[in-house]
Amino acid sequence: MKQLLTFVKKEFHHILRDKRSMLVLIGLPIVQLLIFGFAITNEVRNTNIAVLDNSKDETTQIIITKIESSQYFDIDRTISTSDQIEKAFKTGKIKVAVIFQQNFQEELAHFNKAQLQIIADATDPNQATTLTNYISSIVVDYQNQVNQQNKLPYTINTETRMLYNPQLKGAYTSVPGVMGMILLLISAMMTSIAIVKEKELGTMEILLVSPMKPRLVVVSKVIPYFIISLINVATILILSVFVLGLPIQGSLLLLIGSTVIYIFCALSLGLLISTITDTQQAAMLISLLGLMLPVVMLSGYAFPIANMPVILQVLSTIVPAKWYIIIVKGVMIKGIDITQIWKELLILVIMTVIFLSISIKRFKIRL
Amino acid sequence: MRTLKFLLRKEFLQIFRNKLILRMIFALPVIQLILLPYAATYEMKNITLSVVDHDHSEYSRKLINKFTSSGYFILTDYSATYNQALDQVENDKADLIVEIPKGFEPDLSRQNETIIFLAANAISGQTAGLAVAYANTIIKDFNNDVRTEWIPQSQLNTIPVIEITNSNWFNPLMNYKDFIVPGVLALLVTLVGFILSSLNIVKEKEIGTIEQINVSPIKKYQFILSKLIPFWILGLVVMTIGFVISFIVYGIYPEGSFWVIYLFAGIYLIALLGFGLLTSIYADTQQQAMFIAYFFMLVFILLGGLFSPTENMPDWARYLTYINPVSYLIEVMRMLVLKGSSFWDLRFHFLVIIGFTIVFNGLAIFNYKKTV
Amino acid sequence: MLITEKEIVIKTDKLTKKFGDFVAASEITFEVFKGEIFGFLGANGAGKTTAMKMLIGISNPSSGNAQVAGYDIYKQTEQIKKSIGYMSQKFSLYEDLTIKENIQLFGGIYGLSDKEIKSKSEELITKLGLNTEADKLVASLPLGWKQKLAFSIAIFHQPKIVFLDEPTGGVDPITRRQFWDMIYEASHNGITIFVTTHYMDEAEYCDRVSIMVDGVIKALDSPENLKKQFNAKSMDEVFLMLARGAKRGE
Repeated sequence: MKQLLTFVKKEFHHILRDKRSMLVLIGLPIVQLLIFGFAITNEVRNTNIAVLDNSKDETTQIIITKIESSQYFDIDRTISTSDQIEKAFKTGKIKVAVIFQQNFQEELAHFNKAQLQIIADATDPNQATTLTNYISSIVVDYQNQVNQQNKLPYTINTETRMLYNPQLKGAYTSVPGVMGMILLLISAMMTSIAIVKEKELGTMEILLVSPMKPRLVVVSKVIPYFIISLINVATILILSVFVLGLPIQGSLLLLIGSTVIYIFCALSLGLLISTITDTQQAAMLISLLGLMLPVVMLSGYAFPIANMPVILQVLSTIVPAKWYIIIVKGVMIKGIDITQIWKELLILVIMTVIFLSISIKRFKIRL
Repeated sequence: MRTLKFLLRKEFLQIFRNKLILRMIFALPVIQLILLPYAATYEMKNITLSVVDHDHSEYSRKLINKFTSSGYFILTDYSATYNQALDQVENDKADLIVEIPKGFEPDLSRQNETIIFLAANAISGQTAGLAVAYANTIIKDFNNDVRTEWIPQSQLNTIPVIEITNSNWFNPLMNYKDFIVPGVLALLVTLVGFILSSLNIVKEKEIGTIEQINVSPIKKYQFILSKLIPFWILGLVVMTIGFVISFIVYGIYPEGSFWVIYLFAGIYLIALLGFGLLTSIYADTQQQAMFIAYFFMLVFILLGGLFSPTENMPDWARYLTYINPVSYLIEVMRMLVLKGSSFWDLRFHFLVIIGFTIVFNGLAIFNYKKTV
Repeated sequence: MLITEKEIVIKTDKLTKKFGDFVAASEITFEVFKGEIFGFLGANGAGKTTAMKMLIGISNPSSGNAQVAGYDIYKQTEQIKKSIGYMSQKFSLYEDLTIKENIQLFGGIYGLSDKEIKSKSEELITKLGLNTEADKLVASLPLGWKQKLAFSIAIFHQPKIVFLDEPTGGVDPITRRQFWDMIYEASHNGITIFVTTHYMDEAEYCDRVSIMVDGVIKALDSPENLKKQFNAKSMDEVFLMLARGAKRGE
């Protein structure tokens, strides 16, 4: 036990002496959370659009003013021909063009019909749909105002409740996502590299011929990163609650307990990576190039898993972050208790056991 | 020139000798490019639905039918009460609750107005928003069906209507993969180039071989070039493989010219590698370089507009994207692949990326000191 | 041998290196002559490596002057680098390259022609008896062989001076002896040897030695004269007498 403590101390000294790495390890979750909390939103704002008004009458003027005063759009006044519109799309200057037909107001008055075309840059189909909807609804609103007196009969209205997140804050998805992602990436990367480093520099042998059991050597390397991960969890939770205004509806104890299990899972994944690589470069390639995108894309945090093809749905089950994100959402936001998440917890435990036993087996063979 | 030749030979020998790394450099991007874009879809096909029908009328059933036949919704259960449906949402069995009140049909016919309650799991505001939007469209359609059934045609035509037509340029089929594949490819090339370059010089520092280089008459620029060129070639090879896969798997063939694509990517890679080498020069250990690389990669990627449009960001974040080289590559790749923008259309992007190239590489050469 | 007849290849004048308040090397003044084996002795932390790094142009002095191979160590470091060879205590060949590839690389870096590299590398490999191992990775060689190879590569381009920083650290006595044979041979061929060590028996092999204590040169002469001066039987005794007052070191 005393030996272990000495080794842990040695590892801590290594880590604490390296101020830059510490800054990254502790600072990155904060930066990431703030970017997610404040920078990445799906609210439309400041989008550049062009308006081609072929009618230039009172009605089109009112609609244009309405679009402009919505704060969602900035109208680029320099564009006034359809050639320019195409050019502007290609240089990326505008995302949407709104085109009014000729004699807009007249046709509307006489034939009860007038045409307005919305052209969207559908490079990003999602954004195109959103922008088109925003403009359409501005136009429809205007129309409803004008048509107030002759309202259609037989109207079905809807009343919508947004459960758990009535203000539709982006943080409600991003916080669980960031927790799942950062804990996995940092823990896996940190441990794998710390161990592989000793192999690469040839110091592992020295450690292994010391009277310490090899297993304890590894444990002593993992403990500091476990503690750093806990610090990260604490900062993330404090920021989420006090800066981003997230609730913790369920039991804080359950949340922390599950997080500890998840960290164990990530650390053992790091251990596994360290047994299959010999150089830090290889370990980093796996833990960054190999894990980053899959964790972001298959954990159900950027994209709903239910919409994915079956193969990817199956693949997503081996991404630990998927299960952890379900747990965090459940406990933090929905306030559910252990009876509703025990399955996810069990899966994480099983994953940890699998990662660990493979690592131990490989560790013995190699050394 | 001769010195450079020898140094380059050394770098290539070292790269090709490490089979594990070589395999990963190619295999990881290929696998991810083949699989991951399929995951990136906001197209909602399987929104799970819990219906609470208090009316049990012909029209409530018609409405429910309209939901299930739309292709967007999967009816998971009929709940007797709203609270029961809420349990379904809590256990992730349902994304959306549709509650049809008692007297839905009679209210509609007699009082001319009725109401339907929707409740969505809004932990993800985006999916909730889309689910509600789909539901509203279906209800509106249903409403129109009812009207055409109950109101004579002549009465309908007296109300002025602005007809909104919309067209989606550059991606008329609204294929999300066309959007995500060039972005993911840009990202993978970036990751490969940055990881390799940021860990390289510092590895020589850590092992001690750099000292042997420093006491030799090698010029600084020769050393930097010998590190830059191999990764530059690797980066372009990975990108080429990526384009081949995009074509074979997704049928994506760039609208724009390959010359412009490679010209831009070539310059971009020099800038990126310069930044990687700068990281490597600045760091004392590979571990440190790695954490620094990790930090920048994550911030670059998050603010790079891969998944969420940079236009929607608040001003401070948008200014940050102006100094983020990754966001330029992602944007340019999309413009070239989907819109077929020309070199002239991209002149501004070219200027900026050349600026990055000069700054990063200048700093790398300046900061690489042969003395301690 | 009359020292005064000899050509001076290294000359330092009050060369000093400070790291903040810490004076790693203080006003070092000495001369090294062409073809001699100059031993630079001192305990760990005495300032040997610091002094050497200034001479080979990878560390800037805080004050003082020096010339190496006739070039100024402030302004002409790149010329110096062309005229010297260097082998550090940290083994610094590329382990993931083969023996041949390492020789070719460093031959190329120092501007040897392809023909020279080819003929000289074959010669070298035969001399070291590494014919069968020439295409194996350096990583697979035992440490002693690595050191011999590193030394051979450091003098491959026929430098005027070769700097050896604790070249025999961690090597068995037989290999050390062989290593010194190689040093003698190089010296015989007109290469000046500047070697740091803390093995006092190796000091006996040098033509002249300087002994550094706490960043200052405490003595400088041939081993014979030093032993006479301090009335000692071996260099070990001389060193112990000088180093007694040392404050630094491990």
